[in-house]
Amino acid sequence: MGETRGFAFYALAAFFVLFVLFLYGPIVTIGILSFQGPKGGLTFPMNGVSLHWFYQLFQQQAVGDIWGSFRRSFTLGLMVMVVTVVVSVMSGLAFRHRFKGSAFLFYLAVASLVIPSILVSLGVGLIFNILGIDVHWMTSGFGSQLTWTLPFGLLIMFAVFNRFDKTYEEAARDLGASPWQTVRHVVLPIIGPSLIGVALFGFTLSYDEFARTLLTAGSYNTLPLEIFGMTTNVTSPVLYALGTLTTVFSLTIILVFLGIVFIAGRRRVARGSDAGKGLV
Amino acid sequence: MMTLTKTDRTSWLLAGPMTLILAAFLVLPILTIIVVSFWAFNEFTFFPAFVFDNYLFTLTSKVTLATYLKTLQFVILTWVFCTVVGFTVAYFLAFCVKSLAWQVALFLLCTIPFWTSNIIRMISWVPFLGRNGIANSALMSLGIVKQPVEWLLFSDFSVVLAFVHLYALFMVVPIFNTLIRIDKSLIEAARDGGANGLQILTNIIIPLAKPGIMIGSIFVVTLVMGDFITVRFMSGGQSASVGRIISNEISLLQYPAAAADAVILLVTVLIMIAIMMRFVDIRKEL
Repeated sequence: MGETRGFAFYALAAFFVLFVLFLYGPIVTIGILSFQGPKGGLTFPMNGVSLHWFYQLFQQQAVGDIWGSFRRSFTLGLMVMVVTVVVSVMSGLAFRHRFKGSAFLFYLAVASLVIPSILVSLGVGLIFNILGIDVHWMTSGFGSQLTWTLPFGLLIMFAVFNRFDKTYEEAARDLGASPWQTVRHVVLPIIGPSLIGVALFGFTLSYDEFARTLLTAGSYNTLPLEIFGMTTNVTSPVLYALGTLTTVFSLTIILVFLGIVFIAGRRRVARGSDAGKGLV
Repeated sequence: MMTLTKTDRTSWLLAGPMTLILAAFLVLPILTIIVVSFWAFNEFTFFPAFVFDNYLFTLTSKVTLATYLKTLQFVILTWVFCTVVGFTVAYFLAFCVKSLAWQVALFLLCTIPFWTSNIIRMISWVPFLGRNGIANSALMSLGIVKQPVEWLLFSDFSVVLAFVHLYALFMVVPIFNTLIRIDKSLIEAARDGGANGLQILTNIIIPLAKPGIMIGSIFVVTLVMGDFITVRFMSGGQSASVGRIISNEISLLQYPAAAADAVILLVTVLIMIAIMMRFVDIRKEL
């Protein structure tokens, strides 16, 4: 560690590289195989290079309702994202002070993370069944996914508020700001970039969620459910093409979010007030 | 409610939406499962009753024990590999990468797959491990094996491999989080005191990393215990797991049976979490 880079450093670095290859290797493989020629199969060798399987995705006769499920997953992702951000921030603000029952609520949120997803799926499905309401991705599916995204959002807010410098708020209050003005003009702008992180979690965890949506999405599938259905009856690289497309979509979303964080950080540095600097 | 202070009220107003959502979609569903686990069912429907048949059937069935042992085997193997891999990767990121920018970049590189689809990540092993897949082609062209290795895909091996692939990150993140908070002067002091690298690792870094290891372990263990989809897909439907039993009963519309199995699974998972928490606390006191 302290010394020059010895054997240990290179061994660990090699391990890390292998880990990254392990993480990305398979997905890169299906990325390549999705350009398989029209007569190619599910494995190498490549039988020519084509966009055939991507074309197939856009044909109506392709199995299931891929684009419908994509639209539903996208809408659901946005719904979950908005609610996760708003509710996590509110709860994060609440948890800054210890209040009666806060420990209980915290454990409830943690329980929500560690309880096997199939229980949420089964339980919500049962409630709707007993009440005689049809499950639908917009109601039961939506709520079930929130039990997975909200605890993540709350934990991120904990991390954010632990590092939050409260003197800013005190300064605002001393200058006569109301509690709402303090939150609106001081707290929210400071925690803003972290909210983009919460939004990213909210959207992507929802977009890819499977276990909690399984019994709660109803007759209209979300994309992961649709893809899983395809694994049992589709044996052509069209599955890879779909996998590649949805992964590229996820990566784009991640890059957009990270880009926003990066730009916001830069703008803050560039436009930061110089108040007080002359006094030192 | 009269004893609530003004701050308490404001806090509850703010925490209200989360409380309501968790009450409606977590607490109520679990309570419903517990209630329905005592209900009865026939081929067509399920109806209120107060019977222990569902529990009796599961607890006396030989399949149950075998399935739990099998699931436990997956849990232990996955946990061991995830811990070793997760700790090593986190150690590299925390201690070997010096610049913050590189740390953030490499950390993100590890985190990004977490935000992509688990199903796709599972499917993507197929061209790798299949009979004519890359692994077999490589092994055969290197002359290590003559026949394609059959157990690479749709086997217990591929199930554990996929678990580690999906969940190693749940170890990397919390362990990394504890490692970067270790005061570097402790390590310097140990070195000045004559400790070698291994002693520093076992006497300082690993004990201090325990909370992170524990949090990661809770994630990995509960995710694998409740899994029904990875085992089904990666074993080609051949291996059993507790989650698969429940999902099979659900697909046969035997909801009360599924509910009873779900309650038993929940109790098992909670006991495992309690044990993990205790294990760490005891070690801390020593």
